[in-house]
Amino acid sequence: MSAPLVQGYEVVIGFETHAQLATRSKIFSRAPTAFGAEPNTQACAVDLALPGTLPVMNREAVACAIRFGLAVGAHIAPRSVFARKNYFYPDLPKGYQISQYEIPAVQGGSVAFELAGAARTVRLVRAHLEEDAGKSLHQDFHGMSGIDLNRAGTPLLEIVTEPDLRSSAEAVAYAKALHQLVTWIGICDGNMQEGSFRCDANVSVRRPGAPLGTRREIKNLNSFKFMQQAIDYEVRWQIERLQDGYAIQQATVLFDPDSGQTRAMRSKEDAADYRYFPDPDLPPLCIAAQWIEQLRAELPELPHAMAARFVADYGLPEYDAATLTQSPQMAAYFEAVVAAAGKALAKSASNWIMGEVSRRLNAEERDIAQAPVSAALLAALLSRIGDQTVSNNAAKQVFDALWSQPPATEAADAAACLACVDAVIAAKGLKQMSDTSALQAIAEQVLAANAKNVAEYRAGKEKAFNALVGQVMKASQGKADPARVNALLKQLLGA
Amino acid sequence: MSLTLQEIERLAQLARLQLTPEQALDAQQRLNGFLGLVEQMQAVDTTGVEPLAHPTAVMQPVQLRLRPDVASEPNQRAANQASAPAVEDGLYLVPRVIE
Amino acid sequence: MSAAALDLHQMGVAELGAALHARQTSATEVAQHLLARAHAHSGLGAYLALNEAATLAQAAAADARLSAGERGPLLGVPLAHKDVLVTRDFPTTAGSKMLQGYRSPFDATVVQRLAVAGAVTLGKLNCDEFAMGSGNDQSAYGPAHNPWDRTRVPGGSSGGSAVAVAARLAPAATGTDTGGSIRQPASFCGVTGIKPTYGRCSRYGLVAYASSLDQAGPMARSAHDCALLLSAMAGPDLDRDSTSLEQPPEDYSRYLAQPWPGASASRPLQGLRIGLPREFFGPGCASDVLQAVRAALSELERLGATLLDIALPRTELAIPAYYIIAPAEASSNLSRYDGVRYGHRAAQPSDLLDLYQRSRSEAFGPEVQRRILLGTYVLSHGYYDAYYLKAQQIRRLIAQDFQSAFAQCDLIAGPVAPSVAWAIGAKTADPLAAYLADIYTLPASLAGLPGMSVPAGFGADQLPVGLQLIGNYLSEARLLQVAHQLQLVSDWHTRTPPPFTPCPGSHS
Repeated sequence: MSAPLVQGYEVVIGFETHAQLATRSKIFSRAPTAFGAEPNTQACAVDLALPGTLPVMNREAVACAIRFGLAVGAHIAPRSVFARKNYFYPDLPKGYQISQYEIPAVQGGSVAFELAGAARTVRLVRAHLEEDAGKSLHQDFHGMSGIDLNRAGTPLLEIVTEPDLRSSAEAVAYAKALHQLVTWIGICDGNMQEGSFRCDANVSVRRPGAPLGTRREIKNLNSFKFMQQAIDYEVRWQIERLQDGYAIQQATVLFDPDSGQTRAMRSKEDAADYRYFPDPDLPPLCIAAQWIEQLRAELPELPHAMAARFVADYGLPEYDAATLTQSPQMAAYFEAVVAAAGKALAKSASNWIMGEVSRRLNAEERDIAQAPVSAALLAALLSRIGDQTVSNNAAKQVFDALWSQPPATEAADAAACLACVDAVIAAKGLKQMSDTSALQAIAEQVLAANAKNVAEYRAGKEKAFNALVGQVMKASQGKADPARVNALLKQLLGA
Repeated sequence: MSLTLQEIERLAQLARLQLTPEQALDAQQRLNGFLGLVEQMQAVDTTGVEPLAHPTAVMQPVQLRLRPDVASEPNQRAANQASAPAVEDGLYLVPRVIE
Repeated sequence: MSAAALDLHQMGVAELGAALHARQTSATEVAQHLLARAHAHSGLGAYLALNEAATLAQAAAADARLSAGERGPLLGVPLAHKDVLVTRDFPTTAGSKMLQGYRSPFDATVVQRLAVAGAVTLGKLNCDEFAMGSGNDQSAYGPAHNPWDRTRVPGGSSGGSAVAVAARLAPAATGTDTGGSIRQPASFCGVTGIKPTYGRCSRYGLVAYASSLDQAGPMARSAHDCALLLSAMAGPDLDRDSTSLEQPPEDYSRYLAQPWPGASASRPLQGLRIGLPREFFGPGCASDVLQAVRAALSELERLGATLLDIALPRTELAIPAYYIIAPAEASSNLSRYDGVRYGHRAAQPSDLLDLYQRSRSEAFGPEVQRRILLGTYVLSHGYYDAYYLKAQQIRRLIAQDFQSAFAQCDLIAGPVAPSVAWAIGAKTADPLAAYLADIYTLPASLAGLPGMSVPAGFGADQLPVGLQLIGNYLSEARLLQVAHQLQLVSDWHTRTPPPFTPCPGSHS
């Protein structure tokens, strides 16, 4: 279970993730939160901290926090307090961020994930609500920076783990599991390029059994790829420093993807004093048990539980179950296919979704909701493979046709879907040969025309057999069922 | 409890204020004078007393009101930026921010 | 000039409302008359901003509503706003260079509500910078002058509001009260003012000083007028202010004409128990003030009220508690003034730090800077528990003291301030002395209780003295009732400052 040491050192990582909550309006104002608007067109008086403005709390942001708490098995605080975190920065209009300090809304909880086949759990310390800051643009305005406050006030859920992670791989696996979870329950759109899911890693090293080392914080890890790289570099850097006899100074660092290195940020004043105090503009947040129960009832089946169910009910391997439960939409698609085609075809459905469907979706940069082939239609195709109307190979051609030219009207019922599939099969002449006598005739012809292969096979060369199978397939224009051809030839050859 | 000039300077830094030596001395004297008043407050036994953050909590329980998630604020950039000291292309300009 | 025009500025809100409704005058005529007075008496330093076009446009709109037959006690009545309430039609400076020229894109809720009721805004009134002060001598735009003696402070921080009302430049004004800033200037200038229960009036659009203490309220020349204003100003603002009280709208004048419950018309305050905190009547209060206060209390006794001794033992602790909590909140509330999005920006800042430091240091006055430093200190790491947390605990004890007192009495009464108005400049050398002088008003502020100042005669040098009335939560209508009854049998509230000649004045 324990992770490998690096040059004899144990790696200790704690994660802080800021997930932007998918609400329509900001946490304390009614300005919209949509990404990509013209600068400062979504920053209202409250967001700009104009004199006299005050915060009013968004109910949906609280609901998102509760849903998250339920999903990780945390304690939802019946009473939590908003506090002001005071510091000066141009993207922070009030000169303080409204956050939660001593009493957060969500306390404890855990996130489960898998790494290299082993189950792992990371404990959460807390998750709290707070507001996002604006942005400073990199573009240079004759020596000045431009500040866009559209993002200021977007609701954030800050999710903090205990320092339970022991390797960069574990950290990434956790981050991915967390990402899946927040998108699964619909509280966050998970778009890391747009900054919806931002991670900071607190990294330290120590000799096994020694007290915790001084940690450095790697900020703004916004891609899983760079996450592992950054942590690995930081770990090696810290170990080198220690081995050279230096102590690690607490610092905030940034990862530079171009150089692959972490670099301490320009030193801010030593130990910023945020002067936290409860925000007098906001009374305590009280969350009634009734509301929690209502949200609990509305919570969808979580990915872990669903994957376990797929294994149990459909006999799928764990890998398939995990892959299919990457998003609720993907899982729903799978279950719809199985519902239409029958449990016996569950593995087949899984193969096709993980294979043909996913391949095309990735290439076309679409998600499952936009798949031209509906679940019902795929189910119909799988049925036709199952009843031997087409071979698996031929079916791929059918699928191609259905994908690139989906039926004009959404065929919903099974009969209509089958009719659709059959039409394509017929049009392409892909119907598998079911006439045994015709097949036998072809087989006998092939054997007669390929005496050399027959002799080689009889002499023990397996390859010769495959060649004969190939010949029969060719002669049947691919319409023969390879399995049947196999069996038939063996029979004719008296093997 | 007496504040040193160094502490005054630290407070000024935290508050982004720039004090002349005279102002710093003045602030030190006045703050220390006030802190003398505070001693009598600290002598009072307040064990078990819940801080009163929202005064009307004495009258009735106070709790945060929640509003529906509706994005109803229209774009009023021009009006909001009417009193802005430095704006270009809708962005607020400040001396270069370096991370 | 007709007799009516001469009297216009002597008329109170109720009178003007009636005269306007009876078409004896027009909103435009009244507004013009008072604007002329504002110019004539600019030396008093009451107004910071006038905008004749905007005022007359509002007056015209009110006149149109009157012509259409609309009624309302404030329809067409002019008033002025303390310059910490933001207004679209007038600049808002909060008495500071930091906001010189600032134009808010929105109106404060309180301003909006008064406008809906048809009130006409004459202009913005001088105040101590960011409402921090008790003499209107901390305004960046020059002091306001007490109309009773122009060498004296009018009180603060709503000094301009008190001056405007006392000098008959406006029949009423809005003020704000955080530690006494309505009550004390009302007392110093001989006008009536009320700070309602915390949360009664929306703080949306009130430039924040101390969030858990700030409250807007009316100042006028009678309790009746204050009641009319408060009825329009107060009310829930659930969409914009999370600390706004969810209480249904009230007519605060509903008890004015009535006797106290159970009393008769001949002894209208029979049954009213007025508690006199011994801590308010001690050696710390000047004898001339106590004399005036006791005279007013005698009048209330004659009306049937019973006076009894009570104790508010933690009164003195209100000073350190307030001067920890208020500056702490202020230090945070004023962080938004950084020269980035509005307000003063230093010329050619060399870097971000320079932008912040110079913009703020150039534009904040000395008292504001002191309170920011103090507030920063009491919130800073390691001191939070000993100072801020402790002060909030003391606050609860003070609030509990009041609740114990209200078990024995219906109202609490006493002086507003330990002395009459002091000379301009007398206390600037020792702000601590000014803090100590807040002792009687701070406790009700900390507890969030409603408090009034009612003219109670005159003290040393014929300067006004106010009687403070403190009620339990949500008892404004009762406070106003008692004040009104006092005003029916006394005339201190009707007295006018000695005649002064109009002069152009030199304030900027």
